[in-house]
Amino acid sequence: MAEENNKNENNAGTPSENAGRRNFLKYGALTAGLTLVGGSLLKVFADNKEQGEKMKVLSSDGKVYEATCNQLQEFRPAPVSNAEARKGIPNKKFVMVFDLSKCDGCKKCTEACQKMHYTESDREWIKVFTMHDAKAEAPYYLPKPCFHCDNPTCTKVCPVNATFKREDGIVLVDNERCIGCRMCMAACPYSTRFFNWSHPNSDQTAAIGNLPYSPEQSVPRRMGTVEKCDFCPDMLRQGKMPACVTGCPMDVIYFGDQNEDAVTNASGVTVKLSQFLEQNAAYRQLEELGTEPRVYYLPPKNRKYPAPDLKNIEKEKKEKKHIDMDMSSMQM
Amino acid sequence: MNLENEKIDIKNEIEILREDCLRPTRTFSRNTQIWIGSLLVIIGWGLYCYIHQLRQGLGVTAMRNYVSWGLYISTFVFFIGISHSGTLVSAILRITKQEWRRPITRSAELLTFVSLCFGGIQPIIDLGRPDRIFNLVLFGRLQSPLIWDIISICTYFCGSTVFLFLPMIPDMALCRDKLVVCDTRYKKFKKWLYTFMAIGWKGTKSQWHRLEKTMTIMTIIIIPVAVSVHTVVSYIFAMTLRPGWDSTVFGPYFVVGALYSGSACVILGMAAFRKLYHLEKYITPRHFDLIGRVVLALTLIYAYMNLNEYWIPAYKMATAEGHLLNDLFSGSYSTAFWTCQFGTVLLPILIMSFPKGRKITPLVITCIIIAAGAWVKRYLIVVPTLLHPFMPIQEVPGTWSTYFPNYVEFSVTAACLAGIFLVITLFSKLFPMMAVWEVEEGIQIEHDKQAVIELREQREVAEAKQMKEPKAKLITPITNTNN
Ligand code: SF4
Ligand code: SF4
Repeated sequence: MAEENNKNENNAGTPSENAGRRNFLKYGALTAGLTLVGGSLLKVFADNKEQGEKMKVLSSDGKVYEATCNQLQEFRPAPVSNAEARKGIPNKKFVMVFDLSKCDGCKKCTEACQKMHYTESDREWIKVFTMHDAKAEAPYYLPKPCFHCDNPTCTKVCPVNATFKREDGIVLVDNERCIGCRMCMAACPYSTRFFNWSHPNSDQTAAIGNLPYSPEQSVPRRMGTVEKCDFCPDMLRQGKMPACVTGCPMDVIYFGDQNEDAVTNASGVTVKLSQFLEQNAAYRQLEELGTEPRVYYLPPKNRKYPAPDLKNIEKEKKEKKHIDMDMSSMQM
Repeated sequence: MNLENEKIDIKNEIEILREDCLRPTRTFSRNTQIWIGSLLVIIGWGLYCYIHQLRQGLGVTAMRNYVSWGLYISTFVFFIGISHSGTLVSAILRITKQEWRRPITRSAELLTFVSLCFGGIQPIIDLGRPDRIFNLVLFGRLQSPLIWDIISICTYFCGSTVFLFLPMIPDMALCRDKLVVCDTRYKKFKKWLYTFMAIGWKGTKSQWHRLEKTMTIMTIIIIPVAVSVHTVVSYIFAMTLRPGWDSTVFGPYFVVGALYSGSACVILGMAAFRKLYHLEKYITPRHFDLIGRVVLALTLIYAYMNLNEYWIPAYKMATAEGHLLNDLFSGSYSTAFWTCQFGTVLLPILIMSFPKGRKITPLVITCIIIAAGAWVKRYLIVVPTLLHPFMPIQEVPGTWSTYFPNYVEFSVTAACLAGIFLVITLFSKLFPMMAVWEVEEGIQIEHDKQAVIELREQREVAEAKQMKEPKAKLITPITNTNN
């Protein structure tokens, strides 16, 4: 997806390259032939019969470009129905593995995720923590997505079944049903969920505000509802990896199907899941809570990067941005 | 004393009582108008703020992703807690046949009703999408503690409405009948209202019988419902894994806290109506002394609950819980926490243990502290836990890692409080604030007791005489007439 997005960006960003194509394509052929970005674009097309009509486009890296309508290309397949989105992808059980020994805290996964989901910078669906469990222990980085728990505390407490567990293990939020009670935020022990406190900003609304919604892609977001990491199920349906996995330059994140017993990282290295977990003494976060996360961690043994700088944390603590906790004894 | 005289006495007393009770419903003084006016201003401003919140989202409040519940949910817990007052005073004291309850049942039941109304809307104010509230009906799932809340609060609301209304029926009939003689504004409306609410009450024997029977049933039903309400309110916290909420004593802790803050508020209500509506004759220092004892007992139980809630985890200091407790005991919340514990536990016990402390003024002051403290305590239950999640809070905007309610939340909450006062004021301007017939019954019983004592004395005197003059006439025994 990341690559494809880049392509779109280029298409939109450098009109000269596409000048030939623009002249070539006919308006009618364009609308008919594409599974289009969304109602808004369709509407623009319908309203403006002129071929060269300019419009603003938000690219995957959050920049706004001006482009003519007929430069736009398919970039998202039509979302699946709500019923299907609630059921999940048949015969799959998705898992994620983080190899902490390789994570250098660059936060590229967060960036990739934010691009993919048009999130504002303060909302990190996958967040990289700087951890220092105890004085004598080594500091390390801990990227944390939603754990898509098998015994999720969040879905249990939702009064309207707006957040639900699917057959393929993924936990999603249906923001067309969510009433915004934030019970799930209180219940999730991993502080994974984010609330849309205000209207999504106008750039975002212009770009994706009228996409057809499906819980699988989590956008367009709506004020007063909850959102969180969704394991990019729309990508999975296309047989692609979640944005954070492909976005990680250090090959930290492995993703795959437990039924197939295989996980793959960004460089395409595929390993046998069960063996991988066993041989590397994998563990899960806060195992004692019984939430049964679907995300595993390999301990930060033999780090391949310089240790995190703890001074930063000290500084943050002073600025009150950072409430630190001694995390020792939390991981059993 | 002569029996005839006594009957006249009772009649007079009852007449005076009725007069005293109905008088406030006939006047509408300048002060009342100003009071209602200012309440309306507060409510208006609160409404404006709420509409602002509706349009711009909950982002206009101080809540952010870590502290995702704030003042609204604390207020919800507090108001629902207050609503236990009615059950306590009316039902528990009724069932244990405490005679002194009679003049205060109405205000307690009213408090229950009103605080339930305004407590119940707090979570709706707190909703991100109140427009989708019907999803609760369309897609409601029984697993969710929130649904338990809705069910039990609705049940309690219906129950307490009936519980408030039932003993009002004879009084409504009284109002209806008395209205004709006196001259009042809105006479037509009032006549219609009283007639409607009296639902054809004539005071026949069978009507009394039915009323008493229904009251007994309601009394028995309402107690477990009330207990269930605050238990499930505590479950929205206790059913999570969060440090500070993940506690097995939360149910009883909340129930006791509710009863105790509720009865303190009843005292405040009693004192206010006594003063404003000149009911000194009926609500006496003795009543304050007795209900003071009840609050004292509840405070002691509450203190015991606090011990369990804080001492057990504080002894163990498990990681996440330990961080929370450190923050409460010696960190950023320590001032609020210890002031609260001192003001709502130690101080009330110290004051109310002495008969002098149960005099009206010190008692009212204590109760104000208890009520305010209970509110702060709810806040201290909700907010610090949210600021101490399992995962550390790192690199977030400064507004996320701290919380103090902002003007929107304060305004909306103040409007709800003003709403409570407004409904109580309007109610007291329409209906008698004491259950007239219950107090009448009390007077009767009191007189009957006196009669029995006198009778016994007379008999003893007669017997003594008889011993001396064996041929004296026997005194015909006097039978007690209840009606
Ligand atoms: S990490 Fe939190 S939000 Fe994600 S599934 Fe588990 S409990 Fe739910
Ligand atoms: S905030 Fe939405 S998803 Fe979360 S519990 Fe409430 S209704 Fe369900």
